[in-house]
Amino acid sequence: MTTVLNQANPKRTMPELRNYTMNFGPQHPAAHGVLRLVLEMEGEVVQRADPHIGLLHRATEKLAESKPYNHSIGYMDRLDYVSMMCNEHVYVLAIEKLVGLEVPVRAQYIRVMFDEITRILNHLLWLGAHALDIGAMTVFLYAFREREDLMDCYEAVSGARMHATYYRPGGVHRDLPAQMPKYVESRWHDKKDVARLNQARTGSLLDFIEDFTWRFPACVDEYETLLTENRIWKQRTVDIGIVSPERALQLGFTGPMLRGSGIEWDLRRKQPYEVYEHLDFQVPVGVNGDCYDRYLVRIEEMRQANEIIRQCVNWLRAHPGPVMVDNHKISPPARTQMKMGMEELIHHFKLFTEGYCLPKGEVYSAIEHPKGEMGIYLVSDGANKPYRLKIRAPGFAHLAALDEMSRGHMLADVVAIIGTQDIVFGEIDR
Amino acid sequence: MGERIHQLGSDLQRVLASMVQSLDIEHDEITLTAKPGDLNEAMLALRDTPEFGFEQLVDLSGVDYLEYGVGEWSTHGATSAGFSRGAEKASFGRFTFDDPAQARTLENPRFAVVYHLLSVACNQRLRVRVFCDDDELPMVPSVHHIWASADWYEREAFDLYGIIFEGHPDLRRILTDYGFTGHPFRKDFPLVGHVEVRYDPEQKRVIYQPVSIEPRITVPKVIRDDYRFESGESQENDA
Repeated sequence: MTTVLNQANPKRTMPELRNYTMNFGPQHPAAHGVLRLVLEMEGEVVQRADPHIGLLHRATEKLAESKPYNHSIGYMDRLDYVSMMCNEHVYVLAIEKLVGLEVPVRAQYIRVMFDEITRILNHLLWLGAHALDIGAMTVFLYAFREREDLMDCYEAVSGARMHATYYRPGGVHRDLPAQMPKYVESRWHDKKDVARLNQARTGSLLDFIEDFTWRFPACVDEYETLLTENRIWKQRTVDIGIVSPERALQLGFTGPMLRGSGIEWDLRRKQPYEVYEHLDFQVPVGVNGDCYDRYLVRIEEMRQANEIIRQCVNWLRAHPGPVMVDNHKISPPARTQMKMGMEELIHHFKLFTEGYCLPKGEVYSAIEHPKGEMGIYLVSDGANKPYRLKIRAPGFAHLAALDEMSRGHMLADVVAIIGTQDIVFGEIDR
Repeated sequence: MGERIHQLGSDLQRVLASMVQSLDIEHDEITLTAKPGDLNEAMLALRDTPEFGFEQLVDLSGVDYLEYGVGEWSTHGATSAGFSRGAEKASFGRFTFDDPAQARTLENPRFAVVYHLLSVACNQRLRVRVFCDDDELPMVPSVHHIWASADWYEREAFDLYGIIFEGHPDLRRILTDYGFTGHPFRKDFPLVGHVEVRYDPEQKRVIYQPVSIEPRITVPKVIRDDYRFESGESQENDA
């Protein structure tokens, strides 16, 4: 960090109050990526915060305009790179909405299940990083222990631990695997280790996920034991960054940031997509709109997500079926069919060289992303590529409010506020 | 859902009256087109009228309609020339460097600003579109005083499309580099950009230089009007 003396009044005779302009980031561990923050300070108190963003700007939206629709699914993973599948979800939903495509119910349940797994993944990283920023080391390690299991679910289903590219327009890429991959003995894991690690992995992926849902509530209890009544944690978060419900709406807050301010608004409940209307879950709401309330909201969301996952597991066990539409204008035919039939071969060729054209029109699709409302505004001129793709990232609006939230707070509280906003630069800079 | 949208549509017609240029309902979504001159008044009405209650500006995006509906691939009949990948520029902005914005007559003005509004109280959404009158200097009034969230969204649209928001308190670039020139999301801005940045060991500093990579097309833009997968039934009939 560098400090620069304010040049406004160099000849002042009594310099007991000095204004500082302070540069925070872009390489700062508490900046959650590449945030450059120019802070105007009066002593320890923040007068104005001016976030400089765009250091991770990759022009995802413009790149998407130059590629067939399916090529951009992978880019979506890389937006908010801690909640990958949710980003894919909103993108494929936009395409499906424009086409008017009906997705098989089993695929919808799989998507919802992985959305909620992603929500837990996201909140775990948020919790660990947030706690680490304000001085609690242990939570980070605990959170990553559980994240590892969920990452394994990603890997089992898509082959990739992070950037899955699993959701496709018309369903999901493939059905859930019947076998959960197992650990093998190695230099890092001896026999005893492997036996312990493989305990839950003897069955299918669904068995593994169900086992996780039974273990996970106790893990959340552990995090709460460390933080909820912790005096230091409360001193750092209670009454920090208070946002009134009116301001939260004005500032375009969504998701836990809005619910933390006491507004009960959850797209899964209010504008349900996929199968959320058949699932039973609660929407936690805060009271004071401070960092502590947002913490409580997210903790409860993890518990609710866990319940949703278990409901999905039960449904998926009982209902086998297709996970992809059987329309080869939009989904590729099976490999064996493609090798045997002329029609399928043509479809396969057209899909992978040209892609598919969407009808003229425009849609906006939105989902309850772990961070808030993630939206895709898609304009099509009838081509095989989007004409305009606008990604509505929840973090963008939240970070824009950083100035308002941190004014009058101490420098150390800025870190707490950045943490509570759950900032990820992949989605803000796009 | 369908009924509520039509109800909202007729309410919009009634309350905003002459401020409504057009009103379209598609895919269960409602789009209102307004003139830049009416924007402030219309937006205030949308926020403050109880049956609308749009207290949130969820998204704001610029759109450049320069190449709307221009394909790169002939889909009707065969051509003798064929499509040469990257050799010839099929549409401007894709792979040339100093391409002046070619004049093309557009039905509508080139730039538009699209607002997505959300009402938490009434649980409804609305899309508002405003076309900028002047293609050379696109300008619309700022809605920053109506929704605070417009601040960064307008900065972003200014940065990427060069749309000027009149009355915005702090219209700076936001996503692009310090000292960047041009508006990268315009359709006549090449995908590979104009300059690249590297460290120069001789000068011992980071320098900018014209891009050295060859721009090329991997998949051409194809527009097909024989739109085939609207429903399972019509598809079977076609076959």
